[in-house]
Order: sequence, then structure tokens, then C-alpha cells
Amino acid sequence: MFAAGETVRVKNEWPEALGPVHIRTPHYVRGEVGEIVRYLGDFPNPEDLAFARPAERRPLYHVRFLKGAIWPEAKPDDELLIEIFGHWLERP
Amino acid sequence: MNILETDSARLLTAVRTLLEQKGIVSTAEVMERMATTDAANPGQGGRMVAKAWVDPAYRALLLSDGTKAAEALGIMMRGMPPLGVLENTPEVHNLVVCTLCSCYPRAVLGYPPFWYKSASFRARAVRDPRELLASEWKTVIPDAVKVRVVDSTADYRWMVLPVRPAGTEGWDEARLARIVREGDMIGVTVPGI
Amino acid sequence: MDKEAQRAHHDLGGASKFMCESVDIEPHGLTDFDREVDALRQMLAAKKLMTVDELRRGIESLPEADYHRLSYYQRWIRSITDTLLRHGVLTEDELRAALEGK
Repeated sequence: MFAAGETVRVKNEWPEALGPVHIRTPHYVRGEVGEIVRYLGDFPNPEDLAFARPAERRPLYHVRFLKGAIWPEAKPDDELLIEIFGHWLERP
Repeated sequence: MNILETDSARLLTAVRTLLEQKGIVSTAEVMERMATTDAANPGQGGRMVAKAWVDPAYRALLLSDGTKAAEALGIMMRGMPPLGVLENTPEVHNLVVCTLCSCYPRAVLGYPPFWYKSASFRARAVRDPRELLASEWKTVIPDAVKVRVVDSTADYRWMVLPVRPAGTEGWDEARLARIVREGDMIGVTVPGI
Repeated sequence: MDKEAQRAHHDLGGASKFMCESVDIEPHGLTDFDREVDALRQMLAAKKLMTVDELRRGIESLPEADYHRLSYYQRWIRSITDTLLRHGVLTEDELRAALEGK
């Protein structure tokens, strides 16, 4: 579990290169560092639901990223707020 | 030919006929569901916004639990994804997008508009929201206001609580609700009078 | 951008090829076909015959050209049909027969 305010990094993983998958972590945020805003609850893992497999409930977080780190042309203090499952996050 | 490449209207008719024959989904059920889905509309979200503008306790509920706030106004939320509400302030402007598909707060706003589902909106909203809003909607977010783009990627659905426009002092809820548009609650526009 | 080169075609956030494309902000009403597909998907989910994630997976697995050429609900009916066939709720023979009006 991660706490609000904690710094996290989105795993820089690309399972779509390996075969059919269904992933709810946008490509542009992989490998990026953000901050946990809040825990949103546990939800069945969509990566399994998409294939009608039994889906374990996983923690979902709202994570904030600074836009400037992702797209340099952006206004640096503008933000992105994204729902990301805990299994996609790591401590940097 | 791949059977899935059949003309879509014919495919729908064939699938529905088979599901009906098998007793899985009846036409009556589909029609009933269409009617309830058609009933959801931006006026519902507009009522929530207007109430939040005049009632501080309701505003607090809306921001802490959008689902309960919708239910408090009689909006059916059972079976719908949880609703989160993000507040625009003089410091922050929120914009909702779903870059992966088209997640939209349908329970309170109805069907997503055409533009929300378009590739160009999905691509541009996260990367250059200020230019997108200015060029397409003539919505100019001042430099001093932070833009927060909310990419709706998972199990929540997100709605924006816009800033109450100046000049509406003393208005009642019903009158306020009428100035709130669909786009105001996604963040592509801001309400005005 | 290296990340962009690795994106799946439905994963559109920031995609360069769409950054200069205008957004059609005019209202487009839904057709009866659109509303029926939408309602059918909801009924299938309510009856636990398919999840919304299966709908999305099916849409994402459309070839890129089809993904962008087909209308929103045309993508849905393809994905719905694909899922029902996968689960054996319908068979391809039954579907072919129904399409031929038998």
C-alpha cells in the first residue's frame, strides 16, 4: 500500500509488446515519477477481467504528475491526475 | 470473410435475434434499457452543480462522495461506477479526458458527446490542454490558473464542479442549474451569463 | 519520443499524429443503431455475460485502420459479437445462419 503524499514511479513496462493484453496505465506515464494523491479503493484487476479470468481486487490510486516532466512544451506546473493500480507503481 | 466484418447493422440484428431466441436478452429488455439510458442527461449534473453553489453542506458531500451526492438528488447510481467530483477554483481548472477509451460520468451527464470520444480530443487534452481549449472552445485559461488534466483510466468516473460565475448572486438553484452546460462539467468550457 | 513508439494504437494520450487534427465539437445525435448497441452491452454486462473490460479489449484488438474508420458503436458491436463467440454464447454457424435470414 502507498500513502497519500508518497512519491511513486510508474513501472516502465510494456506488456503489450509481448502479446494480447488490456492495460489501463497510459503509455505516456510509464517510467514517470508522481505523487499519490489518494487511495480510491480496491477494484478487480481489469487486466484479468478483460480476458474473463478470475480478477483479484487491487488497490487503485489517484496519482499526480507534473506535465512538464512528460511533455517539455507544456506549462511546467500544470498537472495530470491519473487513476493507476498499485501493481503498476513502485518506490523510486 | 471474417464474420465480424459483416455490416454492423446486420450484425446487430443477427446477434439480437439469436439472443432473443435463446432466451438470453429479450427485445423488451433492450428497449427498457434504452429508455433508462436515454433519460440520463446533463441537466442532472447541472442540478448537482447548482445545489453545490448554494448549499455548503451539499458541496462538501459532492466533493467527498459524488455517488452519494447524486443519489441525494434522486439520480440512480446503483450499478454505476463510483463518481468523483473535482472542484474548479480561482487557482485550478480541471479538464476530464479518457485517453484509452471514452470513460464518462454517464450516470449524471448521459451519453458522452461525439467530441469526447474523438481521437483528436483524447490525444490533445493531456498534452496541450490550454491550446485545445482555446482553439476549439474559445476557453482561455489564464496563465495564473493551473490546468489539471484528469485522465479517466479506471473504475471512477469524474465530473468537474465549475466556478459559480459572477453576476449570479441571489439566483435560486433552478435558475443556476439552467446556465450549467455539459462542457462545463468536463472542463472544456466555463459557465457564464 | 521512445514511449510514443511503443504505444498501442488505442492509447492516444499525446499521440503526435492527432495533435494538429481539429476536434469536431458539433453535436451528433445517436442513431437507433447506436442506442441499441449501447443498451445491449449493458444488458449483457447485467447478465454477467461480458465485462466492460472485455468490450474494451475487443475494441483495442481491432486493426488500427478499422479502429479509426469504424464509428464508435460499430466498434462496439464487433467487440460484443467477438466476445459472445469466444464464450460460446453464440456459435459462428448460428450467426452465419441468422445473417442469411434462416
